[in-house]
Amino acid sequence: MKPVLEVRDLMVTYPARRGAPPARAVDGVNLQVRQGEIVALVGESGCGKSTLARALVGLVKPTSGQVLSDGEPLGYSAAALKAYRRHTQLVLQDPGGALNPRQNVFDAVAEGPRLHGLTDQLGERVHTALAKAGLRPPEQFAGRFPHEMSGGQQQRVVIAGALALEPSVIVADEPVASLDASVRGEILKLILELRDSLGLSALVVSHDLGLAWNIADRVAVMYLGRIVETGTVEEVLLRPKHPYTRALLSVLPDSGEPPVLLTGEPPDPTSVPGGCRFHPRCPLRAAEKDARCDGEDLPVLTGDPSASSLAACHLVQ
Amino acid sequence: MTATDRSQATEERAGVPMLDVRDLRVSYRGGERAMPAVRGVSFTLDRGQTLGIAGESGSGKSTMALSLLRLLPSSAEVSGQVLFEGEDLLTAKWARLRAVRWSAASVVFQGAMSALNPVRTIGEQICEPILLHDKIGQKAARARAAELLDSVGVPSRRLGSYPHEFSGGQRQRIMIAMALACRPDLIIADEPTTALDVMVQAQVLNLLGELVRESGIGVIMISHDLSVLSHMCERLAVMYAGQIAEIGPSKQLISEPRHPYTRALGRAFPTIGDPASRLAPAGLPGDPPTPSELAKLDESRGCAFEPRCPEAVDACRTETVELWPSGPGREAACLRVLEGSGA
Repeated sequence: MKPVLEVRDLMVTYPARRGAPPARAVDGVNLQVRQGEIVALVGESGCGKSTLARALVGLVKPTSGQVLSDGEPLGYSAAALKAYRRHTQLVLQDPGGALNPRQNVFDAVAEGPRLHGLTDQLGERVHTALAKAGLRPPEQFAGRFPHEMSGGQQQRVVIAGALALEPSVIVADEPVASLDASVRGEILKLILELRDSLGLSALVVSHDLGLAWNIADRVAVMYLGRIVETGTVEEVLLRPKHPYTRALLSVLPDSGEPPVLLTGEPPDPTSVPGGCRFHPRCPLRAAEKDARCDGEDLPVLTGDPSASSLAACHLVQ
Repeated sequence: MTATDRSQATEERAGVPMLDVRDLRVSYRGGERAMPAVRGVSFTLDRGQTLGIAGESGSGKSTMALSLLRLLPSSAEVSGQVLFEGEDLLTAKWARLRAVRWSAASVVFQGAMSALNPVRTIGEQICEPILLHDKIGQKAARARAAELLDSVGVPSRRLGSYPHEFSGGQRQRIMIAMALACRPDLIIADEPTTALDVMVQAQVLNLLGELVRESGIGVIMISHDLSVLSHMCERLAVMYAGQIAEIGPSKQLISEPRHPYTRALGRAFPTIGDPASRLAPAGLPGDPPTPSELAKLDESRGCAFEPRCPEAVDACRTETVELWPSGPGREAACLRVLEGSGA
């Protein structure tokens, strides 16, 4: 299966601020999203997952490496980006912030098509997008303003705005983090339905491993700018290899295992440790005392989507 | 009050629960009509017990918790009774209420960044309630603050630091240290870990759990996350539309929910490895009632959850629903509990 969206050796470095060293937010990532596939990218805040999502839609220009769409490297001229964004759409976390409070639902959804000059049968296009996003009947919602809707409905409007351009890939950054528990499931159901009915591919960024279990085919676990473990959801979440993935899973309330509490705070991308980047917090290294952990750098994971699981660790290969 | 005084007082009131909330109602004045947020909540809590309050935004869980110590804005009208050690806090004089706050009952607020004062060191902020309530000297207060910081896993040498110099998890730990400063009998924790990462959340919950077990403090913990609450608290109350929909021992509420809303909320947090939730997210169609819909509900009969309930019957629209016993130590506000007591 050909990947519809791919990154190769991607690095995004933010310039130094006030004497601090530059922040290596994304520090060498290979990742593929294939046709009709949902990939979950999970990690703690500050691990670089949002930066990676932004690089995927061309909002952040990589320092090195490539973003490929349907095998073609992404160009960064205004025209190339505009053409690209018809094909790949971003759905943001907080729908309250993503929607203009003075714009009604019709105009919010029509904004994309208007920018792309798709104004023939604009009404029909907008209504179809609203209906696909589950706002039925669309006529009833088109004239409403954001404040007249619940959080779940607002997120559906944001998704409708993305769907209005008939994209083939959606990159969703924490699409349900700001929603209530009962609404969360409804929005996730919608993403699954869109995949099934439209063949949409999706990369969903989240801190929530349960979300990956709920909707994703494959999962990539990110730590300090790199993917440390990736593979099928069943393999990675049920038989985790990397000590970081294992720790993340063990602290979930229903894990049934004694929680492995990592000490310290999430690490700092301005000072990435040498050797394995997880070694200062790694419970396995503390037990095994292997010299490679502090001394020997790990290769970047290939991100090969046909492998059932890959882990970047000296000790679990 | 010294420790011995307090234990004597406790003996005198044997049999009286530490906290007894009776028919608590809160509504906000807005425009011409009152918008109800809490519509008749009753529960009790004893020393050393932990009660989790779950619900979605707008369910009234935070309003309910803050009203216990009268921390709501003046636009809120509160009625009912909040008996703390037998004394009604809703009618207590302000001076008395101020004595209760911090020293007998304290609050861990949701956003540590906005709850801490950005221009004062955390040492000053932890010392403030101690100096105010415990009548001890500056030096002793400072020593106690250092002790508290160490107990929550923040190095005490950082007493002179300002809130912005700490990470989110550390700030939440500092909030917990402040709440413990005057050795209260009750802590109200309003979404103490919501803004935190999974790993930091686990650290903070672990800490809170240890402190509670060691000190025998009573805890009311509010969260939208049913799975977190069920692991932290012995008892659980699920709120919907300003009322308790179901209350009882946590484990039973999760394993055999009797109210359809508890069931839906439980399924919304998938268990990894459970084949039933794999590629099948569970939600609940519809939205919780808005404040103006709640105002209408207050005047009509019927179950507030009926419009979203997958198991609703005709009677749900016409009968008055209240909490009925649904098992040992549990109650549920659902008509089906009555008909299906045996089923």
